[in-house]
Amino acid sequence: MKTFGYTIQNDRQIDFDAADKKLYRYVAEKEPDINLCIFCGTCTATCSAAEFKNMSFRKISLFLRRGLTENLKREIESCMFCGKCTLVCPRGINTRNIIFNIRKGIEEYEF
Amino acid sequence: MIEEGKEKVWKDYQKEIAEDNYFYARSCIRQNFFPGSEVAFLRILKELGKNLFDDPRHTTCTGIAYHSDIVPFDTTMTVVARHFALMTEAGLKNFVPSCITSFGIYTEVLELWRHHPEIEQKIKENLLKATGRTFEKPENLAHSSDIIYKFRNEIANKSKYRLVNKETGKPLRVVEHIGCHYSKMFPEKGVGGAEYPLVLTGMVQAWGGEVIDYPERRQCCGFGFRQYIVQANRGYSVACSKKKFESMAPYKPDLILTNCPGCPYFLDRWQYVVSEMEGVTYGENNGGIPVFTYEELAGMVLGYNPWDLGLQLHQVPVEPVLDKIGVQYKKEDKYKGVNGKDLGRPESPSCLKI
Repeated sequence: MKTFGYTIQNDRQIDFDAADKKLYRYVAEKEPDINLCIFCGTCTATCSAAEFKNMSFRKISLFLRRGLTENLKREIESCMFCGKCTLVCPRGINTRNIIFNIRKGIEEYEF
Repeated sequence: MIEEGKEKVWKDYQKEIAEDNYFYARSCIRQNFFPGSEVAFLRILKELGKNLFDDPRHTTCTGIAYHSDIVPFDTTMTVVARHFALMTEAGLKNFVPSCITSFGIYTEVLELWRHHPEIEQKIKENLLKATGRTFEKPENLAHSSDIIYKFRNEIANKSKYRLVNKETGKPLRVVEHIGCHYSKMFPEKGVGGAEYPLVLTGMVQAWGGEVIDYPERRQCCGFGFRQYIVQANRGYSVACSKKKFESMAPYKPDLILTNCPGCPYFLDRWQYVVSEMEGVTYGENNGGIPVFTYEELAGMVLGYNPWDLGLQLHQVPVEPVLDKIGVQYKKEDKYKGVNGKDLGRPESPSCLKI
């Protein structure tokens, strides 16, 4: 195989029909407030882990809805459960509980 | 595709295309990519008895540099104003660019001047100071594919071949691909609008072919100026074309028809690149899907010699299409120059069958 000084980027199109939503449904059942998220990013702005790692609750929430569970597993490992994101959420969502349930769901479904 | 619905959409997006007396603005890159196309356009219009002026003083429209953030828009507008001045000097009022990028640039400039006459006035002054020229805006601006579309039935009447498989009698299956700057920026300036442009579809149907509707039909070919100009970014460009190939391949198209300078080049060459980098081909028997410009296709149905049309410059060989239609041509002349001298053979790809 030849190389021409560049690589062919993989398509990042998300097929919502094919997306695996079972983790999202699992978390939404335990913490229905996840549906109130407006993706404002206040949680990410205040996150202690985000200072040092590539942690973003906003991104996690987005990955969850899109069924991108592979990316989710890696992201969520940085959370220290300090709960600052829950304190600042303008929609009053228990983000800490959502992360807790995502971890439980990942274990349950063995992602 | 629901034809009835699209016919209604197409009726809402009809543009006026001048009948005769054209000022032809050549493309910088087409003359290098597929040089036979513009020659074929001139020949077709001559045979249709149309008056066309091909001005050797014409220059680039600066479109590629403008879209790559290299040339400021004031410069682009002044260069465009000079082109209009050349048209005015030739006593013509119908401007016909060969390039889709140029068509987009001219349309954008005219639209900007329509909304901001003070900018037009400033550019007039700039041009006068720089070159001593004055200009009138064109009365009609149509891309050269619009002109071929306008005369598609006349070409069909004169045609020697139809886009029909001579063995099966079935119409050839054609993927039509419109350049983004043809109607995605100003949908009302393209025949049929942006979603389902009629310009190439009309040609294919008039000449006997069948148009394929496939999921990524309106996806860009990936040329995208900055995507291609920077070598490290070319992966984005290939990825766009690859997405289209993967989407169209299950429909088994016989050929791809394009109306932009970049699209035929990249849809043609990227098939080679994908085959070399990933070992994947999209045509029949490990071959590619041949890509044509509309002038090449028009010339082919009119019975022009394929090698005069420059079809030997395609990376994906066009012979399967010629054979399906039953075009008479000499295989041995493929790599001969105009003087009959053998020009040698290009190196064969390792995966793509030629």
